Amino acid sequence: QIQSSIFNQRKAHSPGHVCKNILHVPVSGLLFGPWFLCRNEDLKEMLESNKESLKLEAMKRIVGLIAKGKNASELFPAVVKNVASKNIELKKLVYVYLVRYAEEQQDLALLSISTFQRALKDPNQLIRASALRVLSSIRVPIIVPIMMLAIKEAATDLSPYVRKTAAHAIQKLYSLDPDQKEHLIEVIEKLLKDKSTLVAGSVVMAFEEVCPDRIDLIHKNYRKLCNLLVDVEEWGQVVIIHMLTRYARTQFVSPWREDAVFDENSAKAFYDSEEERRVDQSKPYIMDPDHRLLLRNTKPLLQSRNTAVVMAVSQLYWHLAPKHELSIITKSLVRLLRSHREVQYIVLQNIATMSIQRKGMFEPFMKSFYVRSTDATHIKTLKLEILTNLANEANISTILREFQTYVKSQDKAFAAATIQAIGCCATNISEVTDTCLNGLVLLLSNRDETVVAESVVVIKKLLQTQPSQHSDIIKHMAKLFDNITVPMARASILWLMGEYCEHVPKIAPDVLRKMAKTFTDEEDIVKLQIVNLAAKLYLTNSKQTKLLTQYILNLGKYDQNYDIRDRTRFIRQLIVPNEKSGALSKYARRILMAPKPAPVLQSAFKDRDRFQLGTLSHTLNSQASGYLELSDWPAVAPDQSVRNVEVVEPVRLPCIYLVFKDNVKNSESEENSDDSNKSSSSQSEKSSSESDSEKKKTLKNKKPQQQKLDSKDSSPVFVPETSHELLHRMTGKGLSAQYRFTRQPCIYGNSMVSLQLTLSNSTDQALENIHISEKSSTGQNIHRFNAIERLEPQASVTVSMGVDFNDSTQAANFQLCTKEDEFSVSIQPAVGELLLPITMSEADFTKEQGKLVGMNESSATITMTPENVSSQSVNRKVVSVANLGVIPSGQENIYRFSGKTVSSGSLVLVSVVLKDPDAVITINTEKTVMGSMLLRQVKTALTNSGP
Amino acid sequence: MIHSLFLINASGDIFLEKHWKSVVSRSVCDYFFEALERATEPENVPPVIPTPHHYLINVLRHRIYFVAVIQSEVPPLFVIEFLHRVVDTFQDYFGVCTEAAIKDNVVVVYELLEEMLDNGFPLATESNILKELIKPPTILRTVVNTITGSTNVGEQLPTGQLSVVPWRRTGVKYTNNEAYFDVVEEIDAIIDKSGSTITAEIQGVIDACVKLTGMPDLTLSFMNPRLLDDVSFHPCVRFKRWEAERILSFIPPDGNFRLLSYHVSSQNLVAIPVYVKHNISFREGSSQGRFELTLGPKQTMGKAVESVLVSSQLPRGVLNANLNPSQGTYTFDPVTKLLSWDVGKINPQKLPSLKGSMSLQTGASKPDENPTINIQFKIQQLAISGLKVNRLDMYGEKYKPFKGIKYMTKAGKFQVRT
Repeated sequence: QIQSSIFNQRKAHSPGHVCKNILHVPVSGLLFGPWFLCRNEDLKEMLESNKESLKLEAMKRIVGLIAKGKNASELFPAVVKNVASKNIELKKLVYVYLVRYAEEQQDLALLSISTFQRALKDPNQLIRASALRVLSSIRVPIIVPIMMLAIKEAATDLSPYVRKTAAHAIQKLYSLDPDQKEHLIEVIEKLLKDKSTLVAGSVVMAFEEVCPDRIDLIHKNYRKLCNLLVDVEEWGQVVIIHMLTRYARTQFVSPWREDAVFDENSAKAFYDSEEERRVDQSKPYIMDPDHRLLLRNTKPLLQSRNTAVVMAVSQLYWHLAPKHELSIITKSLVRLLRSHREVQYIVLQNIATMSIQRKGMFEPFMKSFYVRSTDATHIKTLKLEILTNLANEANISTILREFQTYVKSQDKAFAAATIQAIGCCATNISEVTDTCLNGLVLLLSNRDETVVAESVVVIKKLLQTQPSQHSDIIKHMAKLFDNITVPMARASILWLMGEYCEHVPKIAPDVLRKMAKTFTDEEDIVKLQIVNLAAKLYLTNSKQTKLLTQYILNLGKYDQNYDIRDRTRFIRQLIVPNEKSGALSKYARRILMAPKPAPVLQSAFKDRDRFQLGTLSHTLNSQASGYLELSDWPAVAPDQSVRNVEVVEPVRLPCIYLVFKDNVKNSESEENSDDSNKSSSSQSEKSSSESDSEKKKTLKNKKPQQQKLDSKDSSPVFVPETSHELLHRMTGKGLSAQYRFTRQPCIYGNSMVSLQLTLSNSTDQALENIHISEKSSTGQNIHRFNAIERLEPQASVTVSMGVDFNDSTQAANFQLCTKEDEFSVSIQPAVGELLLPITMSEADFTKEQGKLVGMNESSATITMTPENVSSQSVNRKVVSVANLGVIPSGQENIYRFSGKTVSSGSLVLVSVVLKDPDAVITINTEKTVMGSMLLRQVKTALTNSGP
Repeated sequence: MIHSLFLINASGDIFLEKHWKSVVSRSVCDYFFEALERATEPENVPPVIPTPHHYLINVLRHRIYFVAVIQSEVPPLFVIEFLHRVVDTFQDYFGVCTEAAIKDNVVVVYELLEEMLDNGFPLATESNILKELIKPPTILRTVVNTITGSTNVGEQLPTGQLSVVPWRRTGVKYTNNEAYFDVVEEIDAIIDKSGSTITAEIQGVIDACVKLTGMPDLTLSFMNPRLLDDVSFHPCVRFKRWEAERILSFIPPDGNFRLLSYHVSSQNLVAIPVYVKHNISFREGSSQGRFELTLGPKQTMGKAVESVLVSSQLPRGVLNANLNPSQGTYTFDPVTKLLSWDVGKINPQKLPSLKGSMSLQTGASKPDENPTINIQFKIQQLAISGLKVNRLDMYGEKYKPFKGIKYMTKAGKFQVRT
């Protein structure tokens, strides 16, 4: 009381410093309440002050409270005011606070929403992303529509980082309101098409959480995911690999069938007629190329430093790879055993499951599973399990020698587990059963109770599996009986006596006599076995044991435990004939002395592989919530073509235009191509009605990237007429080929660059079947032209094709084939050809340029030659170098050009500012490599004089 | 994925909690405490503990339990690996990862955890990205911040987050450009009573400290790459190049990182650099036991064996040990029965030995097990597998860096059974 009054006075005097002072006052239970309140009052004042530093200090202390799990929710109104603070650290701490308490203070939380909505439009991608993160983490059901809108918007953001955050937000919204599922699936579908490695992992995670059954969404993205996998960040890799494992089990046929067929063959070969065998061989297993693609692309990840990735790949191979390819995962798994204790635990569990089915995989690494005295107990037991699984006739002696050391371990729980393991080995390998038994009998004289008890239990099990020829062992056990105190062991010995009492006719009654003396002091399980022993002896040797049995049954009748009373009553009715006993007592002997099946000693890891390896369910050996079952292989593979990704199938679009000419000169061929170009565009216009729907689709796909911009794809400003040599007629044995970039959007695929190929035959014979070979040595996706069946002498033909250069200037290498020959050719694109022009307003241009600064900006200053200074020549020079759109400029000496990369649709902005006589060229794009290459080319174009 | 994280110290107090989804009451940790009570040693707590509504996955590092709360199926290694990454990050930021360090820097810890996970899924775990977002606390920076009012939090998205080399930031500048590589090999071995090797293998790592300006592209080649049987790489290493030419080609992260860990193929015989002569015996009926231990160098290629530390868990029956070391000092903890002997350097002319007697509980029977002896040692300037770096080249930058390579051999889990 006194203290609190002092405290009140102090508070009145110096509110700012109370808190620190009060810390020195011993905090009694009485004081705690007001002390705490005061502290919060103090924080409130700090938050409401004008000083940024005070606010920050207050927030830091509040975060400290949250971290300790203390309640700071009453500060909500004071904190939420600072949500729009300029200080980024303060803002972040406020975010932390909001996310923690918004659920409890929903009404107040709504006050902050408008700030986030504004931040979602911020030019800084980090701010956009963190606004979305917080907005979606506030679990207030009322804002679901706002969240939905924000997610949709962010899913089409230009920054992959923001799109990644959107993928995370999907899961948050789904857990808040599962009714949004359908809308969210739409967003997932859109994001699955994303080519950024940053997004891939997160969106697959969202897919797994929201709609794991919509396997159809994966088809079109399957190959892309496989190819991106190596570059995805490591956490994403784990998620994608698990998902693809599940996918593959539904889409491909079993690669394991082959082994089965092979086995049958070898067995049948001698007896079956030739014909039947031929039937078998006529349907050999051929692995789906997509199946192979997955296995091939995941293999390098076995070398990852992230143990979760290595485990994920290992389980993928275990569930998907042909058996003979499985061995490559062994080394990597064994390597993981060097990692932390917890990692070892999980990996050993998985190895234990694997080693049951495939001993051979781990046998060469047996020594890696030897137990060290410093291992944790659960690690030791797992290693034992694996060693037991690996034991076979060849290595059993080594393993048993190792086990002998373990039995002597100071860790008694582990020693006991070792004895069980010895029991397992003894039953599995009949050659060593006797050795093991003898060894175990020796252990009976061990000084440690647990060891003895475990040995007795294991011996009991072993004797049961063996025909009862081991009466001397039973005698030995009877001798040791007095020294054994562990109830389970005593019970086991008694059971053995009873079961094999005919083998030890002299000893068994004596044991019963001793037990009658100590009955009342025994544990319950021992008492039950005494009753059993008495009953069995009564039936086989009633002369000697009748009185003893009566005595024991009487003791049991008045036991405190009802189980024992129950058992006694039952046994008495069963074995002692009296007038009331029914028909059962006739069968007493057959009931009690029935031959009992031997217990099966088997590993706890048997059948664990019903769970997908590497999962939580596998670790726990029970189905965890949210576990997704791995389906069995389909008997017949589903349609493989669903994974093909020619986005726009030209339905009736003619793609070859044959133009015959007698003589081919360079200039004429150019005219030619121009002609065909025109005709192609007119043709495509005609057919546009048919392919309208497809076109719309492609537009939709493109749109998201630019929704925020008011920009449109536009036709190229300038199409250069120069063509490049692809194949000279000397090297091509008369076939020559030239290509040029048409600078039109490619009709074969959104991400392809459209090319026109002119092939001419300068021999005097017709060339047949000119086509591009299926195999391409580099990774580019090429849309080939349809094979030209026949090219007459001196004729030439123009065809169009599309190449997805993937926004890189790496040459596309492929084989141009005729009926007789193959010619390796390559197309090296200039960076300017990998762009498509777009138009936008000047304001938009500056806005976008503002977003793409820092690393995304490259610029250079050059000195212009006087004749280049006119606006016309600058425009012409730039557009001839690169396929860009010209933006009408309000200022005289600034020229702006805009375009996007063909494959990823990233913006490329070029501006040229003239400052007589210098000019500054600035290029802004996310594709920094392309930016710098483009800069070099624009530079040379503008410095060179000439047309 | 990861729902919440609780940090629990050795005495069983929850000193930090963080939730990424809705709040999970800390009472969920009671299941963990139950498991902790049941475990005889701190290491024996099972890493995965199921509870009625959640799953607890924990790791123990620096005597702190990091307990993650999971609500549905997730690969357990994913969580374990992440938790270890958290510990590594703390260590990187604060120098040590102790309860005190975490409590002192609770705001930075919270900011870090906030950036590392979004909705329980890892967002940024690369240390260079994190360091751009949240600058590590230093005394100087704290002083400057209090004066100028600037913060430790970055305002721009780290360039690494979007780049194809997320592990390296742009615009790195040093006046002294240097690249150091440490080849460290560890011998794991079990030696049996008679001194013969039961199992021995060599695991190695190459740790690098690279401080180079700009975007250097390095290649490192070995004299005998065939020795490396199984390798795992930092993500910066180009795997194709290794497959084809057995050359490590990479754009290095800035600062310290583990470039490679490897396993030396088991076909090669492992040279065991030390031997132990021991005679530990207990006599029936007597309350005394004899203890004799002598260490000596074996195949060391002429290099000195240093920092030798012998430890052994003596049987429970031993009350005290009265020993006499020829060099170094020894301690015996009568509670844990742990004997440790800090030997120092082995002098081949005068072999270190530890001799004396142990007193046993009177009346107790003689312990029937003999203790195992764990040995730690270091050998400088030697990679016991014989691995040798051939050369290190740098492309992409014009300056000439200072390069250095150091070799070392250490004992890993080196046990002698007696």
